[in-house]
Amino acid sequence: MIQIEGLEKSFGENYVLKGIDAVFEKGKTNLIIGRSGSGKTVFLKSVLGLYQSDHGEILFSGKKISEMDKKQRNKLRQEIGMVFQGGALFDSSTVLENVMFPLNIFSDMSAAEKKERAEFCLERVDLKTAHDRFPAQISGGMQKRVAIARAISMNPKYLFCDEPNSGLDPETSIVIDSLIREITHEFGITTVVNTHDMNSVLEIGDKVLFLKDGVKAWEGSKDDILNSDNQDIVDYVFRSSLFKKVKDALRKGV
Amino acid sequence: MIYGLFNGMGTYALLMLRVFRKPERWSEFRKNVWREIDHLGLDSVGIVAIISLFVGAVVTIQTALNLEDPLIPDYYIALATRESIILEFSPTMISLILAGKVGSNIASTIGTMRVTEQIDALDVMGINSASYLILPKIAAAIFFNPILIIISIFLGLVGGVFAGDLTGMISMADFEYGLKLGFIPFYIAYALIKTVIFAFLISSISAFFGYTVKGGAIDVGTASTAAVVNSSVAIIVANYFLTDILLS
Repeated sequence: MIQIEGLEKSFGENYVLKGIDAVFEKGKTNLIIGRSGSGKTVFLKSVLGLYQSDHGEILFSGKKISEMDKKQRNKLRQEIGMVFQGGALFDSSTVLENVMFPLNIFSDMSAAEKKERAEFCLERVDLKTAHDRFPAQISGGMQKRVAIARAISMNPKYLFCDEPNSGLDPETSIVIDSLIREITHEFGITTVVNTHDMNSVLEIGDKVLFLKDGVKAWEGSKDDILNSDNQDIVDYVFRSSLFKKVKDALRKGV
Repeated sequence: MIYGLFNGMGTYALLMLRVFRKPERWSEFRKNVWREIDHLGLDSVGIVAIISLFVGAVVTIQTALNLEDPLIPDYYIALATRESIILEFSPTMISLILAGKVGSNIASTIGTMRVTEQIDALDVMGINSASYLILPKIAAAIFFNPILIIISIFLGLVGGVFAGDLTGMISMADFEYGLKLGFIPFYIAYALIKTVIFAFLISSISAFFGYTVKGGAIDVGTASTAAVVNSSVAIIVANYFLTDILLS
C-alpha cells in the first residue's frame, strides 16, 4: 500500500501540487487522471522520488520515505517497477538484455537463472520471438510490453506506469490495459497508472484519482464516476461525443 | 554570465561527486568500460592515424622550407618535427580532434538517454545513473587516449620520414639521426600526462552537458555543440597551465 499525505510541489512560483492526500491499495490498479498540466506527471515523479517534494509525506507499506536511510531507500527502489511513457528502453541493448538489466545489477542469480526469469517475464507479456531485437526494431506496442516485462522482472511490490497507452492504437491499448490489470491482480502489486485514456479509466480503474489544478478534485472507483455529484469528473471522462452517448445509454440502462 | 559560469562549474563539481562512487557491480562496470573503449577509443584509431600521418608529413615539409639555410644541418628538420609532434601536435591537437569526435558522441548519447527518460529509468531502479553512465566513459578515455597519442606520435614521425624522403628535402638517415639527437624522454611523459588530463576534461565535460540536458532533440544538439566548445576551451586553457607547470 502507498499512502500520500499533503504532497506539495512547486517550481519557483508555479505551485503544481497543492497538498494531495491519497491511498493506493495493494492488488489494485489506481489511476491518476486529469487534464494536461493538472500535475499528474509531477505527482507520479514526486512519489517516485524523481522530484523532491516541498511538503508532505509518502509512505510505502507504512514506512515514511523521509525517515528511511540511504540503504532502505535503495532497497525500496528495487521493489518498484516503472513503465515510462516512451518505454525508456536502453537503445544499445536487445529486448532480452533490457529485461535482464535489473537482474544483472541487483540479483545474485546465476546467468542461466537470470535468462530464465527474463524469458518468463517476456512470455508473460506475450513476447516470445523478439528477444534478440533492439528497441528500434520493434513496434511501439511491443516496446511497452518489453517495458512492462522489465518492470516486473524483479518481482516488484509497486508498479508505476506513465501514460502506458500513449501513441498506441485502440486494440494494442486494450492489450496493455489487460496486461497491467492481470499482472496487478496476479502478483498482488500496488499499481499506479497515469493516463489520458478514458477506455483505461472505465476498464481497469479499481480506483480513480482526478487531479485538477494541482488538487485532488475527486476519487472513487470506475463504477462511481457515472453517478458522481462531481460534474468535473463526469464531464472529463465522458467528454467525447462517443462517450457522451455511452453515458446516456448507461444512465438509461441500455 | 559570471553567475552562469560559476553555477555551471558548481553543478559540474556536484555531478563529479556523484560520478566517483563505487560502482553497483564491478562486473557490469568492467563490461561497460570495455564497451566504451570500443566505442570511444578503437573507433577513433582510423581518424587519428590518417590525421597524424599527414600532419607529420606537412610539419616536416614546412619545417624544411623554413630551414633552407646551408649552415643549418638537415637533421634539424627531424629534430624540429619530433619536438612539434611530441610536445604539441599529438597530445593537444589530437585531443582537440577527439573533443569533437568523442565529446559530441558522449554528449549526444547521454543527452538522448536523458530526454527519452532512460536516465530516469536507471534512477527509479535505484542505480546511481551518473556513476553508471559517466564513470566507464571517463575510465575508458583515460586508459585509451594515451594509447591513441602514442600511435599518433609514431605515425606522425613516420609521415615526416616519408614526406622528407619523397620530396628529397631530408634523407631517411638524416631524419633518423635528427630524431635521436638530444632526445629528452621526459617529453614523452609530459605528452602522456597532458593526454590523461585532457581525456578527463573531454569525457567529464561532455558527459556533464549531456546529463544536464532538458527538453528535446534540439536541446541535445545544442548540448552536443556546447560540449565540444567547452571541452576544447578547457583543453587549451589547461594546456597553458600544464606546460607552465611541467616544462618550466
